[in-house]
Formats: sequence, C-alpha cells, structure tokens
Amino acid sequence: MTAPTTTAPTDEEDRPAPPHSGGDPFDRDSLPAPPRATAALLRSLLAPLRARVALATVLLLLQQAAVQTGPLLVAYAIDRAVPAFRRDDHGPLIAVAVAYVLSAAAAGALQSGFILASARVNQDVLLDLRGRIFRHAQALSIDFHERYTSGRLISRSTTDVESLRELLSEGLQELVTVILSFVYISAVLLWLDLGLGAVAVLSFVPLYLLIRLYQHRAGRIFSRRSTAIAAVIVKFAETMNGIRPVRAFRREAVNDADFHVLNHRHERINGDSMLEMARYVVGSRLVANLAVAGIVLWGAHRVASGTLALGVLAAAVLYLRRLYDPIDRLGMFLNSYQSAAASLEKVAGLLAQVPSVPEPADPRALPALASRHPGREVVFDDVRFAYRTGGEVLPSFSLTLPAGRTVAVVGSTGAGKSTLAKLLARFYDPTSGRVLLDGVDLRELSVRELRRGVVMVTQEAFLFSGTVAENIAIGRPDATREDIERAARAIGAHDFISALPDGYDTDVRKRGGRISAGQRQLVAFARALLADPAVLILDEATSSLDVPGERAVQRAMHTVLRGRTAVVIAHRLSTVEIADRVLVMEHGRIVEDGTPAELVAGTGRFADLHRAWRDSLA
Amino acid sequence: MPTTPTPPSTPAEERSDGPTGDPPRNRSAVRSLLRLWPYVRPVRARLLTAAVVAVVASCTGLVIPLVLKWIVDGPVADRDTGGVWLGALYLLLLGCAEAVLFGLRRWLVARPLAGVEASMRAGLYRHLQRLPVAFHDRWPSGQLLSRGTTDLMLVRMFLAFPLTFLLVNSVTIVVGVVIMLDQEWTLGLVLLAPALPVMVVCWLFEKRYSQVARQAQDQVGDLTTLVEESVLGIRIIKGFGRHRSQALAFRDLSRTLRGTELAKARLLAAIFAAIITLPELAVGAALVLGTVQVADGELSAGTLVAFLSTALALRWPVESIGFLLAMSQEAATATERYFEVMDAEPESGTAVPAGALPAARAATAPPRTPAARPAPERGPEPTPAPAPATPTTGTTPAPTTVPGNPDVPETREAPAAPAAPATPTTGTTPSNPDAPGATDIPSNPDAPGPPAVAVVRATPVAPVVGGLRFDAVRFRYPDAPEDSAPVLDLVDLHVRPGETMALVGGTGSGKTTLTALVPRLHEVTEGRITLDGVDITRMPRATLRELVAVAFEEPTLFSASVGENVLMGAGGHAGAAELARALAVSQADFVHSLPHGTDTQVGEQGLSLSGGQRQRLALARAVVGSPRFLVLDDPLSALDVHTEALVEAALRRVLAGTTALVVAHRPSTVLLADRVALLSGGRITAVGTHHELLRTNAEYAWLMSGAADTAERATEADTEPSDRRPRAAGPTAPDETPDATGATGPADGTSTRPGRTKDTTTEGTGR
Repeated sequence: MTAPTTTAPTDEEDRPAPPHSGGDPFDRDSLPAPPRATAALLRSLLAPLRARVALATVLLLLQQAAVQTGPLLVAYAIDRAVPAFRRDDHGPLIAVAVAYVLSAAAAGALQSGFILASARVNQDVLLDLRGRIFRHAQALSIDFHERYTSGRLISRSTTDVESLRELLSEGLQELVTVILSFVYISAVLLWLDLGLGAVAVLSFVPLYLLIRLYQHRAGRIFSRRSTAIAAVIVKFAETMNGIRPVRAFRREAVNDADFHVLNHRHERINGDSMLEMARYVVGSRLVANLAVAGIVLWGAHRVASGTLALGVLAAAVLYLRRLYDPIDRLGMFLNSYQSAAASLEKVAGLLAQVPSVPEPADPRALPALASRHPGREVVFDDVRFAYRTGGEVLPSFSLTLPAGRTVAVVGSTGAGKSTLAKLLARFYDPTSGRVLLDGVDLRELSVRELRRGVVMVTQEAFLFSGTVAENIAIGRPDATREDIERAARAIGAHDFISALPDGYDTDVRKRGGRISAGQRQLVAFARALLADPAVLILDEATSSLDVPGERAVQRAMHTVLRGRTAVVIAHRLSTVEIADRVLVMEHGRIVEDGTPAELVAGTGRFADLHRAWRDSLA
Repeated sequence: MPTTPTPPSTPAEERSDGPTGDPPRNRSAVRSLLRLWPYVRPVRARLLTAAVVAVVASCTGLVIPLVLKWIVDGPVADRDTGGVWLGALYLLLLGCAEAVLFGLRRWLVARPLAGVEASMRAGLYRHLQRLPVAFHDRWPSGQLLSRGTTDLMLVRMFLAFPLTFLLVNSVTIVVGVVIMLDQEWTLGLVLLAPALPVMVVCWLFEKRYSQVARQAQDQVGDLTTLVEESVLGIRIIKGFGRHRSQALAFRDLSRTLRGTELAKARLLAAIFAAIITLPELAVGAALVLGTVQVADGELSAGTLVAFLSTALALRWPVESIGFLLAMSQEAATATERYFEVMDAEPESGTAVPAGALPAARAATAPPRTPAARPAPERGPEPTPAPAPATPTTGTTPAPTTVPGNPDVPETREAPAAPAAPATPTTGTTPSNPDAPGATDIPSNPDAPGPPAVAVVRATPVAPVVGGLRFDAVRFRYPDAPEDSAPVLDLVDLHVRPGETMALVGGTGSGKTTLTALVPRLHEVTEGRITLDGVDITRMPRATLRELVAVAFEEPTLFSASVGENVLMGAGGHAGAAELARALAVSQADFVHSLPHGTDTQVGEQGLSLSGGQRQRLALARAVVGSPRFLVLDDPLSALDVHTEALVEAALRRVLAGTTALVVAHRPSTVLLADRVALLSGGRITAVGTHHELLRTNAEYAWLMSGAADTAERATEADTEPSDRRPRAAGPTAPDETPDATGATGPADGTSTRPGRTKDTTTEGTGR
C-alpha cells in the first residue's frame, strides 16, 4: 500500500516502502488478476440477468425514441403545419399536438419503467457481487487472512462495491442514453440533410479521441485513488479497533498526523481526478460548440440560397444542442466507469485468489466410530510445513495420537506447536505428507464433516455482535436454549451469563467490550462444548482464565468431553497436568514424549521447564 | 425550487444542537445541509465564484438561441451571407466562452472540494479518537467507517453538483423563462404552467425519499459491521465451519438493503415520470400555439425557433432537478449521520478546536515526533506543511480560504476547554522533559483550565497521601440503567508509593474495569482516584496518561515498526537505549531474529506476531517510558513458563521503581507484588500479603490455591484432577491451603515494609 504501484511514482506516493515489502503484491494492495478478469467478472455478474438487461435496454431505446421526436415535430410544424394551417387545413397541426402529447407521456412512462427495470438489474448485480466477495473472503484460508488486512477486505466490500453501484445506477444509464442519442440524432440529421448530418458525424472523431485520452489519464488516477482510500480505511479501522491503547498511550496527535498524510494523499488524488475532468469538459465542449457554429454557418448559407428548408435548419440546430449536451455526462460516466473499473480490478484480484485449503470436490465420510468412545485417532504422516514466504516450520513430522487420549504440547514460542494445531484443524494444509483423522486425509473431508470431527479453541476469543446465546450457538446453530445453557453450565459460565443485564440474551455489543477476556474464553469453550467434536484442540485457550475457571475447563474435559481426543497447547503447566501424554517440541521436532510424571522425573527440557515453573512459585 | 439549499453566500446560522439522542429524522434536509457550513466556509469564495461562473456559462447557453433567431430572421431572411458569417462568429465565441466557463467552474472547485471532504474526514477521525471509550463500546467501527467514507463522498458530490446546479439551474430556468416571456408572453405562460405541480411533486418526493435514503445508509453500515466481524473473527468461523451461516446472515442483510434500494428506485421512477412528462406537455402546447401564431402571422418563424430551442435548452435543467434533489437528500442524511458522531461529547479536556478546520490541520501536522516514525517523508511530500498556506487548497494559492474559523469550534467543544487553537496534545512532543513526575510536567496548553495545572504544580509529593489511591470509587457503565448494580461499588484501595499491588478477583469481577479507571478510559461514577494526592480528574488527561502506563490484556499492535510500537509508550523522549532496556525486560529477544529487527513492520500491514510475542511487546511498551505508575492487566497470560519466569525476574526490577497495580490470575504473577488486593462483589474485600490472604481469606485461597497444589500434582502421575476440587458455589477453604502456603512465595512478609525506599527492595522481593 505504501509502495509505489505500477503507475509512475508521483509525489503523493513517494513514501519509503516498508523494508520487507519487496515485490509482495499483498503489500501493494494489488493482487494479480488474470488478464480480462475484470471484464469476465462483469459479464458473469450480468449473464444471469440477461432478460432484465434486455428489457431495460428496450425501455431505454423506446424512451430515447420518444424523447427525440420533439425537434422532428418542430420541423414538421414549421415546414408543413404552418402552410397547411394557412390553408385552413388543421389536420397536420392536430397531428403534431397528438404526437407531442403521446411522446411526452411515453417519455415519462418509459423513463419510469426503465428506472425500475434497471434498478432491479443493478441491485441484483450488487447483491451477487457483495455475496461473492463475502463468500470468497470467507472461503479463503487463514494464511490469506493473515496477509490481507481486514481493512482491505472491508474496503473491497464497501467502497469498491459502492463505486460499482455508482456506475450501474447512474453511469450506465448515461452511457446508453448518450450512445442512443448519438445514434438517433445522427440518423435523423443524416435523414434530414445528408450534408449537415455528415458534419455532425465527423465531429465525433475528435470527441472520441478526447474521450480516449481522458479515459487513459483518468484510469491511472482512479487506480491510485482506490489504493489511497484503502490506506485511509486501514488506518481508520485500526485506530477505532485499538481505541484503548490509542488513548492510554496518547497516540491521538501522532495518529492525527499519520492520518493526515494518508488523508491528504487521497485528497490530492481526488483533486487530480476532478481537474482531469475539468480538462475534458473544456475540450469536449469546445469541439461541440465548434461543430454547432460550423453547421449553423453552412446551414444558414444554404437556407439563404434556398437549398435548405428553414424548418430543417431549426430541427438540426435543436438536435445539435441535444447531441452535444450529454458529453459532460459522458465524462461523468467515464468517471464512474474508471473508478468502478479500478475497484472491480481489485475485487477480481481478490476473487482470483484460490483458497489454499480448498474444499474437496468429492468428499469422503469419516468411518463410523470404532469404539464407544466419541474420540478419533489422529495421525501426522510424514508432514512437512513451510510458510509460503519461506521458512520451514515443521521438517518431516510423524505422530500418532490414539483416540480418546489427551495430549499436551509444550515448547517455547516458535517451536511449531500452533502450526501443529493449525494443521490438525486444517487451517493450513501440509506442504507435504498427510494429516489423517481415523485414516481419512483431512483434505478429503467436507467442511461439515471436518468440523464435526475437529474443533479448535484459540486464545483469541472473538465475540460477534449479537447475544451471548447466539455466540455460544455458533458451536451448533440448531442448538436449543437448554443445550446452550447446559454447555455454559458445564464450563462454569452460567453464573456470569445469568448475572448479565439480559442473561443469555444480552447483546455483547462491539466485540464483547463489556465481557472480560476470561469470560470470553469461557464463552468460547461453551461453543466448543456445544459443537461436541471428536477431536478438540485447545491452543492457549485458558490463558486468561483464573484458577477456578481453568479447573472448570479441566473438569468439563473429563466429564462432558470424556473420551474425546484432545490436543492441549499450553504454556502453563497446570493445564498440562491433565494430559495423558506430553510432547515437548523444539524447532519443529518432538524432543520429549511421555507421561507428565515420566518427563518430570527425567532430566530433559520438560523437567527443566517444570523446575523453572516451580521456582517461580517458590 | 422549494428545496434549493441556501446558496453558499447566505450566512448560515450555527445552531447548537440538542442532546445527541435527538431523533434526526425530523430535521429537514436543508437544516441538515446547513450544518456543513463550517467546513464549506473556508472555500466559500471559490464555491461562490464557481457558482457565478456556472450561472454565466448556463446563460451563455441561453443566448445561443437568440443568436439563432437573429440569424434566421435577419441574414437568412435577407439572404445576407455576410450576416450569416457574423452570426456564426457570434455562435463560435459564445460556444468557446461556454466551454471555458464550465471548465473554469470545475477547476475552481476541484481542490477545495477534495479539501472539504478530507478535512471533514480528518475532523471525524480526530473527534472519534477523543470520544470516550464508552462511545466506542456502543458504536461498531463499521458504522463509524461508513460515515468516514461513503457518507463523506456523498457530501463531496453534493457540494460539487447539486449545491451548485440547484442554484445554477434555478437561475437558468428563471432567465430562460424571462427570455421566453419576453419573446412571446402567451407562450411563456403556457410553459410555466407545470411549474407548480412539479414543485408539489418534488416536495412530496423529498419527504419520502429522505426516509428511505437514511434507511439504506444505515443498512450499509450494518453490512459493513458484519463484513468487519466476519473478517476479524475468521478463525472462529473457520474453526466451527460456520462460514455458510455467516454467509446467510450476510445475504439476509444485503437482501434487505436491496429491498430498500428498490424502494428508492420506485420513488425515483415516480418523480421522473412527473418531471419529464409535465414540462414536455407544456412544450408541446407551446409548439401548437406558436405554430398557429406563426400561421396567423403574429409571430416570426425565427422567434418560434428561438423560443422552442430555449424551451428545449431548459429541459436538462428541469429534468436534472429530480436527481439533484435525490443527491441532496442523500447528502443530507449522510450529513446527519456524520454529525450524529460529531455531536457526541469528547472526553473533557481533549476537545480539539474543530479538528477539520484548515488552521487546525496545518498546526497539528508538524509535531510528528521523530522517534515515533523514523522513516522521514522525503522529497516533495506536501503534507505536514507548516506554512500558513492551508492544505485544503493544496497548491492553489487561495487567500480566501486561509482565514481561520474562530466561530466554529465553540459549537463542538466542551465548554470547559478554552479554544487552545490547534494545540497538539503536547504530551507526545519531544520537547517534554522526560521526568515523568507529576510535578515536573510543564503547564499543558490542553489543560481544562489554569486551576488544574496549578493544582498539579502546587502539590508536592506528599508522603502521606502518595501513591495510587482509590477513594470510595463507584463505577457503573454510562450506558447501564440507573438502577443496575454498579460494577465497582465503593472501592477503597491504596497502593503506596513504590509499592506493587496485585489485584486478584474471580472472572468478571471488574478487575479490568478498575484498571481502566486509572488512565481515565472510563470516568468514575462516584468517588475519586488520586495519584500522589492529586485527583486524576484535576489533571490534564495527557499528563495523567503520561504518568500512568498501561499494558492491556489484549495486546494491540499498530501498523508501525516493532520499535515504534514499543517507543510509543514513552511519549517521544526515549531512544534506542530505552528500547533495548524495555525489550530486555519483556524478554522480547525474538525481535532481533525478525527480518528487520526492531524496524520490522507489524500490525495490520505487517508481520503478524503470536499472542505471546504481542504481549511481550505490549509489556515493553508499558515499561519503556519508566512511568511513575504502571498498570498491568494480566501481563503474562500468553507467555510460556520459561519466558514467564524470565520476564518476572526482569519485571521485578522495574516494579521496584514504580507504583504498580497488576491484575493477576496466578500465584506466579501475584508474587511480583508486595501486597495483594482481593476484588469481590465490586469491593476490595481484603488486602494483605499473598500468604496472609491464603491463610485468612477463603475466597482468595480458592482463587489461588489450585495453582499451588498443581505444583504438587504435576509430580504425581495419572491423577484424576476432576475429582480433586469440588466445584464450590462459593468460596471454600480447601484443605490443601496450608500446604500450598508453605510451598509458595517468600516468607518475608513484604507487607510489613510499606515505607521502605524503592531501590533497596529489589533484590529482597520474592527471593
């Protein structure tokens, strides 16, 4: 984002790139999209609405026809009805009157119809696009989300969609209207008088060139503008989400200054785009008015010399005014088109991202539970894992976790514990090797099956807006209130939830602002309990709990979750003690493996850790 | 034109609005839009000039038919070719003038309007940063964001088009009508006939459209919130395979939005039918009438042509009124939404002089502390221009926009704050001496008033009342019902100078809330908190927050380098040495193995760090400025045992030099403290050393003992822990307690040394 994009660097973008950005498209907020992806995206959005698009087009065609009859009727009135009226023939004048009333009514009604029809099309396209972005973002894997910031995703589905909305609701109609009136008017002019028509058509050439030039220049500006506003959004969202530390560390002034830089960059580019538009308006107006003057000059000469009817000249002039009137609006269309194109390109880039953890096309089912235990066996079969950016985290790793046992994994930061958990939860797929659940590769399981099998509770206990009950029900959406309360009771969360203003129906508001971190972790546990998985992964899931809270969790694991396979990643040895087996990891390898007692009695790292821990207590 | 907003030249009266809770719906669009005046004011000259230019350009367009008439009735009728040339020349000149004028209009407003949008956005951002935390608890950030983006774009578009063109078109229509009446008054009257019905339709339309427009914008805000949550909670959604139900929720919301948008379209369709048909009928009638008159010889053909081409030239101005009104309406609701947030009262003492204003912006830009952002803006970066040239207009020198707007700030500012013009919160400026003591803080221009400063300065460290003291503190969240039980009910607690106090309590007992009161993230409902005897409400917030450093439970890193993230705790007067020391305390050596060491970018736009890593950086941030008071909320929860032990050892040395309040869940953390306070039922129910409380307080023993006996337990293999500790509904005194007491903690009775000097205790504590 801070790095210059592919466009020529200008002063606005002349800011040092973060040192590590290199060529990573993520840093520049420009994900590669295949060529023509933008057009393909637009086509695919419109394809299902073909009939409605056609209807809207026809309505507009007719509407323009109705609107454009006006000057023709004027010509007819002057050249025919006036002489006829003088002969006391009122027929032509009555015809003019009737035709005018009809065309006026038709123009209004058809315009109405068009607005309704096109609104349907627009809204369906937006609905589709919003849904696609949303679903796709949700389908993309965690490693994508770790690199593509939330602010950018938000900006994709808000401002970028908004710019398409503008294009569809205002721009497209302008374009079609303009093209239609160009076609109609040129045809009528040519029909009225070949010479005058030809001059008008000729004037399109410089206009076209002007438009192309504008399109070219504005395109670059809009692409930069879209990047600039995304940077503003990222900063804005980050500040509002971290408002407590912002306040406590008196970041307000520094943030104001930083925001000013980003905001000002956007302001400059915004101004640039409007200035570009001003240039276009001057150019196109000049061409148009030049053409009008030329045509009037020639036409008047011919009327004077008797080779052209006065009514025809009048109609031609009226038409010319109309012909060139919408060129400003064409510029506005180009504006919204450019800005929508820049946005759509970004959206297309996002949609072109392939989930690195795809759902299987042909999912397999888990075998029926082998024993009366609800747990399942987990096997890491020669698994390797390296991040895309390089850096191997797990070098060739094999491990079997028998069904129904609780395994604790300890080790220092960066030892690979969380990677292990994420592979088992299929947040990532291994670079090579397989992770098997009761003999089935995780990659072959449908999301549904996988989540019935494996659930992970993490340290970060995010609450969605909605009630506490709804938050717990994420574990199992069809759960009844009794189920939810049972889960909460089992984890010791019932008391605090009941004490909330509306009990289980209390709105947690903005990401659980009023619910403490420990309570949030309890809610997260209740979720997991409700989900009732065969394999439960706890990744530092008790870090904010006090001792009684942790006890409740441990008790729940021995009662409600008895018999499940559990993987507990913990820093705290009190959590580890409930394990049947402890694995000590270091640099992606298991360096110790045994029951807690065995390891403590030994001389290995776990014994050291344990001693350090005891020292800290004594 | 009933709804034409007041042209910018009209002095807009500044209304001080009622309470923020006012239903905004009953405010008319014009009144809403008038509130934009303070932001438009700096560019009013430009805008006015542009409007005049546009009027002239439009009228130029209206003269063209007259030239046409002259050509038709004059040279053409007389077969005078020279006259035709002259007419064409007139046309050409008028055409060029029109083109240049329209271009000029756009050129005039381009930079100023971008500036208005930017300054409104900056004002919003600035204001939001200073609104109470309670406000942010209530407002989802998606709603705030949509105000800062979509709504402001609508406002800018309103200023660029509808505002000008409602005026321009009105003038054009009036001039056109006058011309037509002048040509032939009967025909002119016929054309005027539909004016009244069109106005009525527009008026009806405005009422209904504003409601639907507002609804649509709110729904967009909801949608944004959902998107944001789905992104932030992606791990949970994935972890439970819930992306489908999330997508369903999204679909419902976006369908609702679609419905609202379609309702908008229906209204538009109706008004367009009226706006197109009625005038067109009038033109038709005029044509028929005119033809009769020409036939009767009462009217020249040239006049009819001119008349009709004038009428047709007015078609666009008339038709455009429909969408101009729609845009205005949307801008009005956008403005309302914007001011809903802007009207919220900021924390007292942090009010900014209407942040959005150019003068303020120019002044606030410079104090970017070199330490906080080492990457300098090099080259022609135009931003922090300290020059008086207002950034709003960018490079265009427009003297008219420079004058500040002294009348504006009062409307939004807390009355107590004297409009210290554009003062940055000085707390962060490098000029601050780095002594963090309250008495050393130089007079702060942001202070609520001279008396507060005087209090701060006049009160020397009084040993008797020193330290951090909670005095009958009662707290209830501001949005909680009046009759609800307060979260904190009469908390009395005294942390002596140099002492470290652990705060222990059950889950949800209000520990974090209590810590949030010290830096005044929330305001106490009753009672008071004093730092070295000074009521925290009597000192400027910036000073307070400089005195008190906090490490939050949730370690938030910002998009900046590791070093910047840590150093932001020091308020700009710390350098590499302090950074290294702080990182050493929090055992954050991992930063040296990051790709670029302490220069590595983290946060939203950089490397994502693990919870433990972030927590260590947050801790380093809290200690880097050697704060006088330290508030740590469960600072070691995400650390592994080994690191935890190392951090504790290092932290002990830091704590020896400060007065600290540490929220603790575990004995290991408690042991950092000299004494422990137990928070229960909204009160401090016990204070003492760890061991005293373990012996004497059943609830405390229950909260703590588990960990102590874990030490024993871990050595026993294959024990079943679930039956070891019966779930106690209330506090119990488990039988292991005495045992545990023996096993834990130093038996040196730390609490007996309240008056000790700070430094000598370092080694004694905990060993």
